[in-house]
Amino acid sequence: MSDSLTVKSTRRHKLHPAALRTMHWINAIAMILLIGSGWKIYNDEVLFGWLHFPDWMTFGVYAQHGLQIHFFAMWLLVINGIAYAAYGFATGRLRRKMLPIRLSEIAANIRDALRFKLAHDDITRYNAVQKMLYVGIMLVIVIQILSGLAIWKPVQFQELTALLGGFQYARLAHFIGMAAIVGFLIIHVALALLVPKTIIAMVAGGPDVADDDTAPHPAPAE
Amino acid sequence: MAIRSPSSSIFRPKNGVDQSVMEENKKLIADINRRNLLRGTVSLGALTMLTGCSVSDTGAMQAFLRAVSSFNDGVQALLFTNRLAPTFREDQVVKPPRFNAFYEIEDVKPVDGQKWKLELSGLIENKTAWTAEQIYKLPEQEIIVRHICVEGWDYIGQWSGVPLSDFLKRIGADTKAKYISFKCADDYTETLDMATALHPQTILATKYARDPIADPFGFPLRLRTSTKLGFKNAKWITAMEVTNTFQETYWSKQGFNWFAGI
Repeated sequence: MSDSLTVKSTRRHKLHPAALRTMHWINAIAMILLIGSGWKIYNDEVLFGWLHFPDWMTFGVYAQHGLQIHFFAMWLLVINGIAYAAYGFATGRLRRKMLPIRLSEIAANIRDALRFKLAHDDITRYNAVQKMLYVGIMLVIVIQILSGLAIWKPVQFQELTALLGGFQYARLAHFIGMAAIVGFLIIHVALALLVPKTIIAMVAGGPDVADDDTAPHPAPAE
Repeated sequence: MAIRSPSSSIFRPKNGVDQSVMEENKKLIADINRRNLLRGTVSLGALTMLTGCSVSDTGAMQAFLRAVSSFNDGVQALLFTNRLAPTFREDQVVKPPRFNAFYEIEDVKPVDGQKWKLELSGLIENKTAWTAEQIYKLPEQEIIVRHICVEGWDYIGQWSGVPLSDFLKRIGADTKAKYISFKCADDYTETLDMATALHPQTILATKYARDPIADPFGFPLRLRTSTKLGFKNAKWITAMEVTNTFQETYWSKQGFNWFAGI
């Protein structure tokens, strides 16, 4: 018995296991397809007169192709998202990596970042701002799926559409969700490019870490 | 310059084409040609890139996306219930309704209500054609519902006419059949699944805001269902077929989702 316990505590895995890396990149593809095709669909009836997405930024030749891509990629996003949530809860990874999020740490992170002292040597632990952004974007995606359903099925899911204030407000909510995701994407990609080993880790798996990696975050060095 | 063999065409000038204008403007023409050639090359390059980006409209990728769209038809049929769409007050109705077709409103060819007939075919017991006068005498139902276009716009409309389910009963249609296909005066085609055809808010509309439907909006007969996107609501209907054979529609042929339920 004690033998197996010892084995368990010393077992190690890659920072980003293969399953997680696969889900990350499927999610990236789904999101890009959804955004580019969504812009094509948006252009057919714009919410803001001043905003048309240039054709080269959109996916599909005409609106119907944008719609086809959107209603394919939605499956990719939803199925992959369910798999990610199931994996994250079952393995405890979500809790381990994303919690706790302490306000004091967020403040400290922002102070450090403004003084260009934000540490990123250890990519196995997320700082509080990262945790907040990752949890935040997950919630935005869930809301985005709900506002998408409200636009797709305003009769069958009429309560959802009503909750968002009606059909046009549901469209607006879906647009704002898109803007939030694009905003996240820009920050996420920019920061990953600043610390390229994070990209390598998301492709190759990164350093080995202990399975029961629950040690508290070390206090930031002053 | 090679001289081409003389054509026997009566339009060809006997003494050859007058070249003087060409000679006078030789420099200008050469200049334009050079510029166009350059522009053409750039456009061609851009076009190639475009085709690279837009593999989605032809070939294997399009076949795949259409297969997903058909799968989504099935999912939507499962999501479909007989629940009613929200209805609205009369003072919320937009008058006139918003025009939409695959051409502009100026190009609408009005249908002559006197000569017009609704032809019936397929799995129907009594296939006698109906005149507008006969249809306008049928018991009416009014629905004030939101019209939602696939493009993203919407408006509230007030439609009345005979419920399609009543009409199907009246003509002895086989309501176990899968589809009802419509042909329209402007060669538009549309196909509804039977479940939607039997929905209590699916009517063969003859009136808008209590008046006969005006020409641009489908006079004398159009479909109005509360559970589909706008384009499923065929206007200027001339023929109706009850069938088990799926028939592609004007927009589904071009890649829009067929079921288009909301």
